[in-house]
Amino acid sequence: MLRSGFFVAAMLALSCFAAPAFAISDPAEMLPNRAQELRAEAIGGQLRCLVCQNQSIEDSNADLARDLRRIVRSRVAAGDSDRQVIGWVVARYGDFVRLRPPFRPLTWLLWLSPALAVGLGTAAVLIARRRHPPPPAPLSDDERAKLAELLRG
Amino acid sequence: MPGSPSPFTGEGRGGGETPADPGTIRRRRLLLFAPLGIAAVAGAGFLAMLRGLSTGSFDPRGVPNPRIGHRIPDFSLPPQPPAAQGFSSADLLAAGRPLLVNFFASWCVPCIAEAPLLMRLKNDGVPIWGVAYKDAAPAAAGFLARAGDPYARLARDEPGRVAIDWGVYGVPETYVVDRNGIVRWRWAGPLTDDVIAQQLQPLLRKYA
Repeated sequence: MLRSGFFVAAMLALSCFAAPAFAISDPAEMLPNRAQELRAEAIGGQLRCLVCQNQSIEDSNADLARDLRRIVRSRVAAGDSDRQVIGWVVARYGDFVRLRPPFRPLTWLLWLSPALAVGLGTAAVLIARRRHPPPPAPLSDDERAKLAELLRG
Repeated sequence: MPGSPSPFTGEGRGGGETPADPGTIRRRRLLLFAPLGIAAVAGAGFLAMLRGLSTGSFDPRGVPNPRIGHRIPDFSLPPQPPAAQGFSSADLLAAGRPLLVNFFASWCVPCIAEAPLLMRLKNDGVPIWGVAYKDAAPAAAGFLARAGDPYARLARDEPGRVAIDWGVYGVPETYVVDRNGIVRWRWAGPLTDDVIAQQLQPLLRKYA
């Protein structure tokens, strides 16, 4: 128990260092315009690297991720909106490429599951409460007198 | 003290629970089996996933290809030696019959395993058009000399840009394009005897 707690703490501490490690090590890849580069990084951060799959293309060293980073940057530089750039990639690799899945009938359950869980939990609590018997009515003066008599008994 | 349980909740007072109702007890006993039921449903789900993993019908890492059911992308690619001519989307459309488009590379190990199967398809009369993906021309030519050249037409996509338009995310990948230039099928990874017999052959018959 204690050991697993240490492990979790250690992993959390490590993850703080791991988070900002973007794969772009080549400054030549970056756009000269700072605002555009930041936009491109934000877009790329939402796109899955198809090779490694659990990294964004900004985080990945795969060849395909580098190619997609370049395409994202060239489209941002050409004046495409964030939506258009993401749409371009989705047209080739499907919604799978989006790390943040869109709200579609297929993903309704995915997106609504937190609300569903809260709803079910609330319902369970309410039902359990209703089943609980209400507290007994306070004793009447008559009963209190009877009780006192019994105790004196 | 209204909140605390009173010891005087006898039968005579209203609102008290009747603890000895056998129906209620039976229902509560049934509730004990609820975790078992949930475990059984989850187990069945996992079993279905495992089955799917082994037959290939379920692949959590599979990348979908939105191009399937739509026209091939427009492209024009330079030749890959030994071919003297590359090919373009117009050439594919002009073929007028269903064919395979296969993306391969000399640096791709599964491509070596796939080569004999492609050769067999070629010998069965299936036209295969090859695209060397992210490969230097001499390296790809060397691979074809070693592993065999099953391709009716050969082009090269060294930047890998046309491959992205197809939705390629690794090599080998094989596409079925029908006579109208519609992409009908995509297989990511090396073809196997099973895949050819169960998926590819029926498709080729269907669109022949």
